[in-house]
Amino acid sequence: MPHINLPSEFPGIRSLFMFRPETAKPLNELVQTMLHNPHPSLSAGERELIAAYVSGLNTCKYCCNIHGAIAKHQLGNDGDTVKQVLADPETAPISDKMKALLKIAAQVQSGGKNVTPADIELARSEGASDVDIHDTVLIAAAFCMYNRYVDGLATWQPDDEALYDKMGEQRAREGYHTPPFKVNREETVS
Amino acid sequence: MAHIKLNNEELPGIVGLLNYRPDTGKALTDLAEVLLRGPSTLSSGEREIIAASVSYWNGCHFCHTSHAAAAAAHLETGITLIDDIKAGLPNTPVSDKLRALLHIAHQVQRNGKNVTTEDIKWARDLGATDLEIHDTVLIAAAFCMYNRYVDGLGTWAPGPNEAYTEMGERMAHVGYGKF
Repeated sequence: MPHINLPSEFPGIRSLFMFRPETAKPLNELVQTMLHNPHPSLSAGERELIAAYVSGLNTCKYCCNIHGAIAKHQLGNDGDTVKQVLADPETAPISDKMKALLKIAAQVQSGGKNVTPADIELARSEGASDVDIHDTVLIAAAFCMYNRYVDGLATWQPDDEALYDKMGEQRAREGYHTPPFKVNREETVS
Repeated sequence: MAHIKLNNEELPGIVGLLNYRPDTGKALTDLAEVLLRGPSTLSSGEREIIAASVSYWNGCHFCHTSHAAAAAAHLETGITLIDDIKAGLPNTPVSDKLRALLHIAHQVQRNGKNVTTEDIKWARDLGATDLEIHDTVLIAAAFCMYNRYVDGLGTWAPGPNEAYTEMGERMAHVGYGKF
């Protein structure tokens, strides 16, 4: 049960957005800008992979599942790549640049000061630009926020993979600003 | 020197990053403004103490010192508050409710799942509302972002507490994204 009284028809961060629209606005604007808006050199799918990967490291079920599902749809329905990145980026079928960026993201997740000049150098040598590095650090940092927010208030986090897929398909297509659909809690697994 | 080439390398901490990428900068300052200066039953001084404490626990010198200076500006304590926050506020008169909320913030700083129903009950028994608990969790979570952003890109920060006095005054009385 959530630690505070949240609307029950929406899982995860969406219940928090309903509870406090004043903070939802900048939080949603941030995720839209980081993950969905046009980017000079990282695709939306690549950016969603960073978000899902960091959420996995923070063990946030809702964020990892929903951003994994959005990544899948942004990558042309490629759920296998998402699963492999979550399991081990080093052996996943992604670019060497993405592997280096995910390494930076993992360092940020464990503490900002853990990012070393060698981590940055590696990403640069694989073709990462300053904006790529900046955005990777900010996405990783931001998901250390979203994950703590969602878990820290004990929001409802379903186990239903088909539900995440449906929500992820909507976000991949529409971005973050459109209203979420209501979920009938009785029909979901947990 | 920062890990990336900023547009203005004289700007310290997050200020240089907000200037580097104004699109994300706008959302980040809007969030700080509503969380720390927006209408709330927690005073801005109390909310800045939560922000500064989490930043200290995360080892982020720039965020800790600047937000502690903002708390000092709101509460008119003088900048001794900066070091008192590091020590867990032995010399600052704060309410038991705020101490319970700071405990929740510390749990969030480690991981969201660390917050227990007992932690929530303690805060509630001391008068904390749902909205205050929500805002405490979100402030703590948000500073786990700001701190990683500032440190993860290797930005520079002024050293001594005194260097933050004027910045704290502006953060407290002018606002975020407005200077």
